Amino acid sequence: MCLAIPAIVTALNADSSIATVDLSGVQKEVSTVLVDDVEIGDYLLIHVGFALHKLSEEEAQSTLALFEELDAMNAEEPVLPS
Amino acid sequence: MKYVNEFRNGDIAAKLARVIASEVNTDRNYRLMEFCGGHTHAIFRFGIQDLMPDNVNFIHGPGCPVCVLPKGRIDSAIKLLQEHDVILCTYADLIRVPASKQMSLLKAKADGADIRMVYSTQDALNIARQNPERQVVFFAIGFETTTPPTTVAIQQAKQQGLSNFSVFCNHLLTPPAMRHILQQDGDQSANIDGILGPSHVSTIIGSQAYNFCATEYHIPIVIAGFEPLDVMQSTLMLIRQLNNDSVTVENEYTRVVTPKGNRKAQALMQEVFELRPTFEWRGLGMMPDSALQIRDAYAEWNTEKRFDVESIVSSDVKNCLCPAILRGLNKPTDCTLFGTVCTPENPMGACMVSSEGSCAAYWSYGRFRQPGLRASQLEKSV
Repeated sequence: MCLAIPAIVTALNADSSIATVDLSGVQKEVSTVLVDDVEIGDYLLIHVGFALHKLSEEEAQSTLALFEELDAMNAEEPVLPS
Repeated sequence: MKYVNEFRNGDIAAKLARVIASEVNTDRNYRLMEFCGGHTHAIFRFGIQDLMPDNVNFIHGPGCPVCVLPKGRIDSAIKLLQEHDVILCTYADLIRVPASKQMSLLKAKADGADIRMVYSTQDALNIARQNPERQVVFFAIGFETTTPPTTVAIQQAKQQGLSNFSVFCNHLLTPPAMRHILQQDGDQSANIDGILGPSHVSTIIGSQAYNFCATEYHIPIVIAGFEPLDVMQSTLMLIRQLNNDSVTVENEYTRVVTPKGNRKAQALMQEVFELRPTFEWRGLGMMPDSALQIRDAYAEWNTEKRFDVESIVSSDVKNCLCPAILRGLNKPTDCTLFGTVCTPENPMGACMVSSEGSCAAYWSYGRFRQPGLRASQLEKSV
């Protein structure tokens, strides 16, 4: 029930209270009243027709960077789970 | 899909599995509760349990609003339909949940009740606008993630004077349920070592809301995203905390979760809702201050006040282990009904109905596991 998906803003209405988002090719209008300063090109977390939060590109990259560090660790101890 | 595909990469999952295997301490067990049904679903759908060493076990928590909603609330909704001929708007999740006397909202609909499945509270408001001669009730359910959209709808109804719209509020709070699980002792304790914290509930309430897990109960918690790499990375972070005897609130899901959460949504919820003195959760029983009710300033849009809804107490199906499963005491495969009389097509308990329920996850992704293997893991971990 708490599932939510990230989608990019492709258009905004006059007062920025409704955004058109693109969900892998599907265009959908969602309410942005819960999030401030939404701009075209932002990624929003969408849940039951509402944007709950903006996605932080910087934070996403820093999480992905943690995975890059795994390469170095694996080289030290290549143990597979039995 | 951006921000999804990158977090489902199989090669990185294999690397994470190797790192986890190399870091676990083989002298101990790691019983980690994933609070949310969304995590349970990810663990089974992506086969994460199978990538874990034998001594790392996921214990499934009560974070599935459909699963913990007591039958009596569905009975109340059916009564509203029968006695007041309302239009009942609901998210699809609820439509097949068993009510008393082998009823469900779907069966009530087949009997002629006017039940509409909606995607958003905005759809329910539109139905109210289009049917001014009818009473339209929105069956509101969900944790903090789903509450702000309901809040907005109630405020819009007030602003627009939409007098034929009301909300049957069943919104629940996550921290009290977590507290309840952590408070149990003896044979009622799920004996958990760490918690994978909620994803999208936390976008609203923030990671600070879980400080009590560490400070009062000395259980580490990592706020985890719902994608498989998020779950695995968070598991690794929990294992590291446990290995280092560290007990803190960590946040893996930083791309949408901040320490303070969504303040705007919190303020809206505060304006429209107040704590309900007590509310019944399936499996967890009556819990004080664990759910929300609509404030008197918005009483006109409160279904329970408008129709004088009385609470109905209903008992669960005999032998259904849902209550114990929701508290992390049993696994779905321990239930004699699982996969025999209880299947998603003919569910006996809510854990099988909800796509997020543990039983549905086991049925959909895990029912062909070797039972002996799982049993031996369970014995070792208790």
